[in-house]
Amino acid sequence: MPSEQSARSLLSFEEMEAVYAALAEVVDQVGERSTPMFLTKLALLLSRELGDVDAVKAAISSAALDLQEQSHLGG
Amino acid sequence: MRPQGRDTLDSVYFDYPKFEVARAPELDGRTGSHDVVIVGAGPVGLTAALELARCGVHVCVLDDKTTVNDGSRALCLARHSMESLAQLGVAERFLERALGWTSGRSYYRGEQVYTLSMPYSDDERFLPMYNLQQQYIEHYLSEAAHQHPLVEVRWGNAVESVDWVDDTARINVNSEHGTYQLDARYCLAADGARSVVRKSFGLKLNGDAYEGKYVIADIRLKSDFPTERRAFFDPSANPGATLLVHKQPEDIWRIDWQLQPDESESEALEESNIRAKVSAILDMLEEGEDWELEWWSIYKAFTLCLDNYRHGPFLFLGDAAHLVPIFGVRGLNSGLADASNLAWKLAAVLQGNAEDRLLDTYSPERRGATMEIFENAAKSTAFMTPPTYGQELLRDAVLSLSLRHEFARPFLNPRQSTPYIYDASSLTSARGADAEFMCGPQAGAPLLDTRLDDGTHLLDHLSNGFQLLAFEQDERTWDELSKALLSEPVPVHLIHVGRARREAATNLSDGHGRLSERYGACPGSAYLVRPDRHVAARWRQMSPAAMVQALRIALGLTGGDNSDAQ
Repeated sequence: MPSEQSARSLLSFEEMEAVYAALAEVVDQVGERSTPMFLTKLALLLSRELGDVDAVKAAISSAALDLQEQSHLGG
Repeated sequence: MRPQGRDTLDSVYFDYPKFEVARAPELDGRTGSHDVVIVGAGPVGLTAALELARCGVHVCVLDDKTTVNDGSRALCLARHSMESLAQLGVAERFLERALGWTSGRSYYRGEQVYTLSMPYSDDERFLPMYNLQQQYIEHYLSEAAHQHPLVEVRWGNAVESVDWVDDTARINVNSEHGTYQLDARYCLAADGARSVVRKSFGLKLNGDAYEGKYVIADIRLKSDFPTERRAFFDPSANPGATLLVHKQPEDIWRIDWQLQPDESESEALEESNIRAKVSAILDMLEEGEDWELEWWSIYKAFTLCLDNYRHGPFLFLGDAAHLVPIFGVRGLNSGLADASNLAWKLAAVLQGNAEDRLLDTYSPERRGATMEIFENAAKSTAFMTPPTYGQELLRDAVLSLSLRHEFARPFLNPRQSTPYIYDASSLTSARGADAEFMCGPQAGAPLLDTRLDDGTHLLDHLSNGFQLLAFEQDERTWDELSKALLSEPVPVHLIHVGRARREAATNLSDGHGRLSERYGACPGSAYLVRPDRHVAARWRQMSPAAMVQALRIALGLTGGDNSDAQ
């Protein structure tokens, strides 16, 4: 079920590092309040690009796991 | 800090040596300039002294203390550092006590999500990492320095200020026997993060400071847990923050825990709070309750360095030149590499085999290493102590994913120290020939240790100067090479690998072909190696003329090929 087992070409670790850095930077630019909206729009845009509704649904389920409140996030 | 009732040097396991305050000959009328004065008898200053002495240079080392350091607490020596210590003849002493290690684990909320495993094989004499307290490191280095006829260590001689007068380093010293002035052709500032030499010139460290603060504590605890690096993210004993655990010799454990942003530093450092926190951590680790508190302090991460590690006759090494975060064990190891890099160059200049401008390559080479360290350290530090909301959100998302997804786990790699490659240096040459190799250490990289047929290792056979590691050379080339080298300013130690024995060389048989394999070599190949074990140039087919040219470039006597592909 995890999306990394699909046949599509996946990003390398170096590419994932670049994504990590870019996302962190834009999250800081848009600010904490706008971050949920930003990330939701991003998810919708990426879903359309991915072109595979089952993969998107699997990723949604996967991302919903292990969300226990992070005591140190935000204020 | 030490527990109440204990003096600064009252350790539960380490007997601090007491060195005699040296009476400087200058106080009794000695005049004349020193070749090299080193300020600071810490691990970097003493290593620089031993490296210079190994090259035949007399050095005078000054330190305000009369014992080893009680402030800085480095604990990890990387393989490359051990190989340098082996060349100084002190590694055996270190190995008697040091704890070698090859792996680590990272946990998120109690679950192990990442395994660090550093490659090693019996080709290398040393494991990737060793833990040994800085006190022992300094103690062993000072023993070697005291025994060396070319090293004079003046304990209890504090440098008050320095000055640059007509190409000479002038050093003002104070001791209980009186104050005096020393002149030196070169002065190495290895006097740490609060360098007096740096302050004398008002030189500034530039870079970044990080928000995260760590309490670091050493405790004595008997435990069978193996020596490895353990990192905990959001552990029950330090919720919302991080924690690092390292084993040290003598049943000493280093515990570093991150303070929460709202935690008061002064409260956290109170002995009762330190004890309570350590108890909670040991409880989580399922260790016993029978432990002793040795020492604790607080730590903040910096990436700071000087714009230039050279200031006229003054050269800066170690923490005096650069401050790096602890994550990835780069502080001590990069300081030792500074010492190895500088010493042979300084010796070549002092012995008239190179011009002063060779020393101008010290700063770009070692500053390059610092910049690479900053890049890696900034990433590990941002992961350990995220500086912004965005960094923290991404870090926490990756940790959450790491519980179930392999792809997220490499983000937990602590990016441990690796030796820097001087591929962009003006001393490195023959880049076109370098590109013809399929494997082996590239031009600018350090030699790869290799186990030989007779059970010795390649690095055991190195001498103190330049080396040529030459594979299966025919007799004509060898004669030509030997003749050509006669007129060169420095001797080159020849190591011949192959069945034929060559004159005036160390002959290694390599019956199993392991050396040739690891070095991507064929008959006729050769590596020119600097005294600090970095490859200056290499050729699949070496010609004596090219080798002599590369040697001159490595000594800064002629321009290199930095600007073109050849």
